[in-house]
Amino acid sequence: MAESPSSSQPILKLRGVSKQFGAVQALTDIELDVHPGEVVALVGDNGAGKSTLVKVLAGVHQPTGGTIEFMGKPVTMDSPGRAIELGIATVFQDLALCENLDVVANLFLGQELSPWALDEVQMEVQAWTLLRELSARIPSVREPIASLSGGQRQTVAIARSLLTDPRIIMLDEPTAALGVAQTAEVLNLIERVRDRGLGVILISHNMEDVRAVADRIVVLRLGRNNGVFTAEDSNSDLISAITGATENAVSRRQARKLEEVGEAT
Amino acid sequence: MSDTKSQPALDRSDSRVRHDEGITGAIRGFIDRVRSGDLGMLPVIVGLILIATVFWSLNPVFLAPNNLANLLFDAAAVGCISLGIVCVLILGEIDLSVGSISGLASAILGVIWVKMGLPVPLAILVALAAGAFMGLVYATLLNRFGMPSFVSTLAGLLAMLGLQLYLLGATGSINLPYASFMVRFGQIHVMPAWFSYLLALAPGALMLWLGLDRMRRRAAVNLSNPGGMSVLLARVAILTLLLLFTVHYLNQGRGIPWMFGLFVMLVIAMNYALTRTQWGRAMFAVGGNREAARRSGINVNRIRMSAFMLCSTLAALGGMLAASRLASSSQQAGTGDVNLNAIAAAVIGGTSLFGGRGSAWSALLGVIVIQAISNGLTLLNLSSSLRYMITGGVLAIAVIVDSLARQSRASHGRA
Repeated sequence: MAESPSSSQPILKLRGVSKQFGAVQALTDIELDVHPGEVVALVGDNGAGKSTLVKVLAGVHQPTGGTIEFMGKPVTMDSPGRAIELGIATVFQDLALCENLDVVANLFLGQELSPWALDEVQMEVQAWTLLRELSARIPSVREPIASLSGGQRQTVAIARSLLTDPRIIMLDEPTAALGVAQTAEVLNLIERVRDRGLGVILISHNMEDVRAVADRIVVLRLGRNNGVFTAEDSNSDLISAITGATENAVSRRQARKLEEVGEAT
Repeated sequence: MSDTKSQPALDRSDSRVRHDEGITGAIRGFIDRVRSGDLGMLPVIVGLILIATVFWSLNPVFLAPNNLANLLFDAAAVGCISLGIVCVLILGEIDLSVGSISGLASAILGVIWVKMGLPVPLAILVALAAGAFMGLVYATLLNRFGMPSFVSTLAGLLAMLGLQLYLLGATGSINLPYASFMVRFGQIHVMPAWFSYLLALAPGALMLWLGLDRMRRRAAVNLSNPGGMSVLLARVAILTLLLLFTVHYLNQGRGIPWMFGLFVMLVIAMNYALTRTQWGRAMFAVGGNREAARRSGINVNRIRMSAFMLCSTLAALGGMLAASRLASSSQQAGTGDVNLNAIAAAVIGGTSLFGGRGSAWSALLGVIVIQAISNGLTLLNLSSSLRYMITGGVLAIAVIVDSLARQSRASHGRA
């Protein structure tokens, strides 16, 4: 592990976390620290275990080994509700919203205002305010989610994670379905959240986004830690860590392009 | 409708959304919703008008006040069972054993009250507890072992029918005393006329009060009020006139049964719980997308448990209402078409079999349709064989309408 940029105590500390699905070892001895006011990017190829790790931290899956410390205390997250209670908010890539409910109901799902006599007016105002902050282009908050596009749904999912006033936010591919302006807004948002002293875990395949906001880039490969980088490190180092070799599809392609350019000149 | 100053209301700033104003706007919005497959209560209301017209033209007695009062007496028991079914259907589950639970409850009532001579309230409590326990069993089987409710409740149907026969023993039937409050409640007691008129005014007054309060609060935080005052007043006027007319008409005969009043109260309470509480929101969320609900921190197992327990408790209550209506606990109680009538009523009323959509009102409207068919056919002196076939046909039509509306909603992006 590289030296952490902050001397403060980490919000989240993973030691030797493993997860097994039958015969498949999805995660092996994962180490991860997240400090307050820090953006940690989690990168890796398909099947590297990023989403599994997110689901473990969100309480969707239970780890088969290792310890998770939250605010210095060891915790077990046996349900998603427990993770939310602790202050770990997650924006999932899939299956995050109920299509039969409207935007307001989805935003406040599980933490409605005044549970015995729902305060619809207040919830609607807060929904509009929050969506404005994210510059979301949502025509009406009283339409069922089913009528929204993929990007609009993603924005709603992100907005929801901010409602619970969490300590740490995990975003699983938050910009995959977003337009140019919305992507920039999400990146701005990540920075704003970080400046408020929250920890952010960002998962993305988009290296440009990762480099733009991440303080540290943690690489996973085949379910194991495979190095920690910063935005200053070279792209080829990062890519060889992700793919596991200096000689890989990406480097071969780059070399070929270079040769072509060389031949042309 | 007055938007404050130059700044548009918070929810009116997007130019892509058409904003329906006033009564014409409300009607246009309604037509749009129906076109896209969001039918709501429309099919059942059209069906009711159709059924009433057909039976009235065949036998004018059908619409006589006394016959309608009878119909309401009959509707209360199955209606209660159907209200519970609405709960499990919203989750996308089913309880096929509600008929047996209702029969078992009536047997428990007869045995504890008449055979053992213990006080009625105790008998009622034991029967309700037995119902709640069965719901707990189904929910546990589903949560722990992933046993589909379709199968577990089918097993429960047989097991409880057996228990009912065992409790009633060789005699097979226990008569409940005619002079008791229980039986008079199920057969005779109607509301005084003045009280029923008062009750007819209450929903309109409540609607007006809540509507004005809502408009005031929305205006205070710069949200628009769709429809505004004119739509609110029109709704209140139509509802109040309709209720006053119904009550006046029924009061020409015997009046409105207390038993039906109890059922309507339960429907109103359930409607509040489903639409205005966190629990209700969680019910629809679990029915719509279980995994998303779980990830939002909703305890899915607990929600399922509450729904199954409510369903079987209401089924037990329905069984006791049926027993008081018939003044007996018999081996036939809860068998035959009770089960399917209760499920059909919920579906006919507009609660989807696919989960995530439904309303407490569907139990009320659906059971009136079911009872109207059965009552009308009885008036025409047609045998129960024909009644079963026709009710089966109506159920099939209701499910087809549900399926088509669902496909239409999907293609209009309304889930």
